[in-house]
Amino acid sequence: MRVQTADFEVGAEIAALTAGRSDIGAVVTFTGRMRADNAGQLVAGMTLEHYPGMTESELERVEAEAQARWPLQASLIVHRVGALKPGDNIVLVVTASRHRQAAFSAAEFLMDYLKTKAPFWKKEIGADGRAAWVDARPSDDEAAGRWRRPPAREG
Amino acid sequence: MRVKLLYFAWVREKTGKAEEHVDLPAGIKTVAELIAWLQQQGPEYAEAFRRSEVIRAAIDRTHAPPGASIAGASEIAFFPPVTGG
Repeated sequence: MRVQTADFEVGAEIAALTAGRSDIGAVVTFTGRMRADNAGQLVAGMTLEHYPGMTESELERVEAEAQARWPLQASLIVHRVGALKPGDNIVLVVTASRHRQAAFSAAEFLMDYLKTKAPFWKKEIGADGRAAWVDARPSDDEAAGRWRRPPAREG
Repeated sequence: MRVKLLYFAWVREKTGKAEEHVDLPAGIKTVAELIAWLQQQGPEYAEAFRRSEVIRAAIDRTHAPPGASIAGASEIAFFPPVTGG
C-alpha cells in the first residue's frame, strides 16, 4: 500500500510484486484514470486531498480484509494525491493468486471498499476555472454493499 | 476534555482551518453531540456543519457513526463522504 504524489508504472509494479514467485498463476490489475469530463461537464484538472495516517490504516485494513476473504498470494494498492490532470493515473490495484477468480474478485472488492472507506476527496477544476468538490455517488455505496453477503471461497 | 479536531475538504474550507485543539465542555459524549456543539461556535462552524447528516467523522483515525462515544478520543476528524479511487 502506498500513497504518493508521483505517477506509477503498471508493468513495473507487477514485476516487483511477482519477482521470484512461481506460486502466482493469476495477476489482475485495475487502473483508475482521470477523465476530461464528469457529469456532463468538462474538467481541466483535479486536486486529491487525503487524511494522512487514516488513509494508510484504512488501505491496510481493506487489504487485510481481502487477504482474509480470498486466497491471495500478493496484493498492492497505490493511490495518488495532489494535483492531477485528465489522462493521469489516479489509483492502481493489483491482486495475485493461484487461480484467476480470487484475483478478479479481490480486485473488485478492493476498489469498491476503497471508494467508500478510504479518506480521499477530489476537487475538480472545470474548464471555466471554477473549482468544486466532487459529490459521493450512491452507486459506489451500492457497489460496496454487495460484498456484505458472505464471500465464496474459491481457488 | 481536550481534543484535536481535524477538518477535511469542504468542511476544512468552511471552518477556515485544517485542525485545532479544543477544550470540550463536560456532557458532550457522542459525535452527534460534538457536531451540535460545533454548530454553536460561530457562523463559519454553523455553515460548515449545517448539513450535519452528510458529515462523516473518524475517532482516532477510525470511521465513527453519529452515536459513537468520544470518551478517551485524542483526535476527531470531520469530512464529507469520501470520493477517492
